[in-house]
Amino acid sequence: MHKEPLALLPEICLLVGAVTTLLAGSFLPRERQWGARLVATAALVAAGITAAVALADPARTVYGGTFAVDTATGAVRLVVAAATLLVIGLGVDELAGTRRESETYALLLLGALGATVMGSTTDLLVLAVAFLLGSIPLYGLVGMLRSPGAAEAALKTYLLGALFGILLLLGTTVLYGLGGATAYAGLATGLEGAPVAALAVGLLGVLAGLVFKAGGVPGHFWVPDAAQAAGTPAAAFLTTVPKVGALVAVFRLVDVLPGSADWPLLVAVLAAVTMTLGNLAAFAQSDVRRLLGWSTVSQVGYLLLPVAVAGRTGEALPALLFYLGAYAVTNLAAFAVVAAVPDRRGLEESRGLATASPWLAGALVVALLGLVGTPPTAVFVGKLTVFTAAWDGGLAWLVVVAAANTVASLFYYLRWLAPVFRRPEEDAGDGGTRPFAAVAAVLAAACILGLGLAAGAVLPLLDGPLAR
Amino acid sequence: MLSLIVFLPLAAAVVLGAARALPDAVSRWTWLGVTVAELALVAVLVAGYDTPPDGGLAWEERLRWIPSVGSSYHVGVDGLSLPLVALTAVVFCACAVHALKDARRPRAQAALFLFLQSTCLGLFVAQDLILFFVFFDLSIVGMYFVIAGWGHGGAARSALKFFLYTFLGSLALLVGFIGLYLAADPHTFDIPELVAAAPLADDAVAGAWVLGAILLGLAVKTPTVPFHTWLPPAHTDAPAIGSAVLAGILLKMGTYGFVRIAMPALPDAWQAWAWVVLTVGVVSVLYGALVALAQTDVKRMIAYTSVNHMGYVLVAVGAAGVVADGAQEARELAVTGAVTQMVSHGLITSALFLLAGVLHDRVGSYAMADFGGLAAPAPRYAGLFAVGAFASLGLPAFSGFVAEFQIFAGSIGATWFAVLAVPGILLTAALFLRAYQRLFTGPTAGRAEGFPDLRTHELLPVGGLLLLSLLIGVVPWPLLDLIAPAAETVVGLVSR
Repeated sequence: MHKEPLALLPEICLLVGAVTTLLAGSFLPRERQWGARLVATAALVAAGITAAVALADPARTVYGGTFAVDTATGAVRLVVAAATLLVIGLGVDELAGTRRESETYALLLLGALGATVMGSTTDLLVLAVAFLLGSIPLYGLVGMLRSPGAAEAALKTYLLGALFGILLLLGTTVLYGLGGATAYAGLATGLEGAPVAALAVGLLGVLAGLVFKAGGVPGHFWVPDAAQAAGTPAAAFLTTVPKVGALVAVFRLVDVLPGSADWPLLVAVLAAVTMTLGNLAAFAQSDVRRLLGWSTVSQVGYLLLPVAVAGRTGEALPALLFYLGAYAVTNLAAFAVVAAVPDRRGLEESRGLATASPWLAGALVVALLGLVGTPPTAVFVGKLTVFTAAWDGGLAWLVVVAAANTVASLFYYLRWLAPVFRRPEEDAGDGGTRPFAAVAAVLAAACILGLGLAAGAVLPLLDGPLAR
Repeated sequence: MLSLIVFLPLAAAVVLGAARALPDAVSRWTWLGVTVAELALVAVLVAGYDTPPDGGLAWEERLRWIPSVGSSYHVGVDGLSLPLVALTAVVFCACAVHALKDARRPRAQAALFLFLQSTCLGLFVAQDLILFFVFFDLSIVGMYFVIAGWGHGGAARSALKFFLYTFLGSLALLVGFIGLYLAADPHTFDIPELVAAAPLADDAVAGAWVLGAILLGLAVKTPTVPFHTWLPPAHTDAPAIGSAVLAGILLKMGTYGFVRIAMPALPDAWQAWAWVVLTVGVVSVLYGALVALAQTDVKRMIAYTSVNHMGYVLVAVGAAGVVADGAQEARELAVTGAVTQMVSHGLITSALFLLAGVLHDRVGSYAMADFGGLAAPAPRYAGLFAVGAFASLGLPAFSGFVAEFQIFAGSIGATWFAVLAVPGILLTAALFLRAYQRLFTGPTAGRAEGFPDLRTHELLPVGGLLLLSLLIGVVPWPLLDLIAPAAETVVGLVSR
């Protein structure tokens, strides 16, 4: 056993932070819960800094080959920590002074911890643990609002999570039986020559669990409900952070599978179906959160493109990691705008936002056009690298499908943007904006543009080997 | 120098966008001031331009940008792009003058048009496919907000149609660019490097697919039949200066893409499929003219003549590829004519759209039936419209004649098939004369009664644009000397 606690310092920061936040929250009076917020923020900053420092370490696995410390892990840690910080930033106005403030922070930290472990592990058993660690806080976060809609969404998420969790365990069992190991290094050799049908069953099981976390077809049913009914910070978190861990986990898994099972085709079909369904379903939405929920489903489709060509082109991993980071900041910017004007829940209610608060409208334009992938935003570079990787890996047809889907997605983003610039109705009262969320939105929008323009500096950093 | 030209309007746009308390008059004059400064800078550019040897670039700049995907900030001008850069500066300046009395949110309008000017200039100087694509996409975004924010009638719907349609084109373009990138060894998005390497030369199937994607993207933008359906509603509902920029500059992005990217980078595929381009060009010429003839709305009619005029460009570039060897001079003539036509159409159609906008500003209608005998109450308007119409139908002494004469002389010299497009000229003449009769001659009737004549801020930009067209028509050699060497290079490249 290769024990190296220091290699897990970012995860330890998150865990200690979560526990401390919970304890602090229990002993603080409600009007002084900002102390718990401070602890959570400090834990995330510490996790981010330690992750950044660890980037310089050589790629290796620790704890008996169960946990990889490599470029991908570093990227996941940084993106998750930054995204969770942003979630807290956009949620402060909504959470401050509520009864469940510190609990929410603790659950956010635990969910973040689950996502980083999921993205970093190289062992199926740890993956199963990470699945639970990442899922259970989510159920709590979805239901935290205690409204009928939130209760329904929480139940739906929970039931689907339980089902797909079982599939994940089943798949793990089958793969263990076939390969004689749960660590990826052992599986890579053990699975060679395994019967294809059994291998496919095992892969499908594990993939199903991960796709549930990512919010892709067929595990996507909870996403729109949860995005609509949960509180805005929770919705922003659960449409962003779990995806980061889950997609990197899928990448690590398929990378070790032998070529006998035609997994690239499977992942490619999943990608095509996910992006198409997400886009088509988003067309008819009139609630902005539900629309964003479906839009995140379609984004998973694009994110699966580089996964489908894992191992076949060296550009796949940097493309995936960059797109994940770009997607996280872009999606959070859109949710931050939603959080900043909580009274404008419907598309029509966005009317006159440009007049009421031009900065927020600007941030929304950048965020939504960013989600489409208009240059010079970050997702544009993400899409460019992802398309390039997929084509290079022999999936040119999928690139065409993704391009067509991108055009289709423009339609519903514009449905949201158009009323923003219309003149406000005479009697419409200004619902007011929330200061923290507004700052978070503008900040995130600036990051979208900054990351897009500075992509040349970021991309080479993401090009590193995967540790097994 | 080029970077200054490209980013000066953008910087001004940011300042105008952020300064919320700025008085309207200050924003309008700032806008005009920046466009005049741009005009001066471009004049310096043109004055200092010497045709670079071996088809190279002048005023070249190259900076690291995204090296990991082989993309750099690479700009430069040659005989193909410099005329269009100059055209952009002229048309935007004319728009700024025209908008001096516009009362609808002038600060935002000025910021948006300055942003749009940056994207247009950036596109024409870009020497990197990603840079080209960035500006291509941003121009769509800018124009969407122009139509949606300042348009009339069903502006929101037209803007949406415009955005969706051209965005589809831009993604097809992106797919084609990725194909070119992956085919090149080493992978690169740099246009001169791709042109030198001519990837996919020995892979006819992949070459056809990549060319198909790029052609689709450019054809939507140009637009050609059958991808032109976004154009009439977009023009009809856009504000006058929006239409002028859309027709004058944005359409040129498509045709410029043919001579800048598609022809030189994919010579073999272009030769193999040039007959398709030629056919589409002929159909666009005839169909655009016929449909324009049937219009009862002045602005829609001018929009369809754009389809017709862009069709000539396609005929020329198609004819230049149909024959691989021989008829070298004829094909060079055709390409020179194509670029001249881009400039000429930009000047004349912008002027016509500005004139058509006056109708709507005065009485809120473009319908020909609403007017009659406008010449009596508005003689200056009638005179300028007559000049614009005659220039557009290709009367000698105007730039349109120079362009179309070269296009036909060159294309027919290369292939007899181009003759089929000649009736387009006749149709255009018929439709302009018919429209002119309906609007301006006869007794003053309908809404034409009491129609105020052109004011100074309307007269100056239109007059200036038409004067330039006249100047090119009478003294064409400075422009042709600029274009011809670049056209020679393109024909040489496509004949590889």
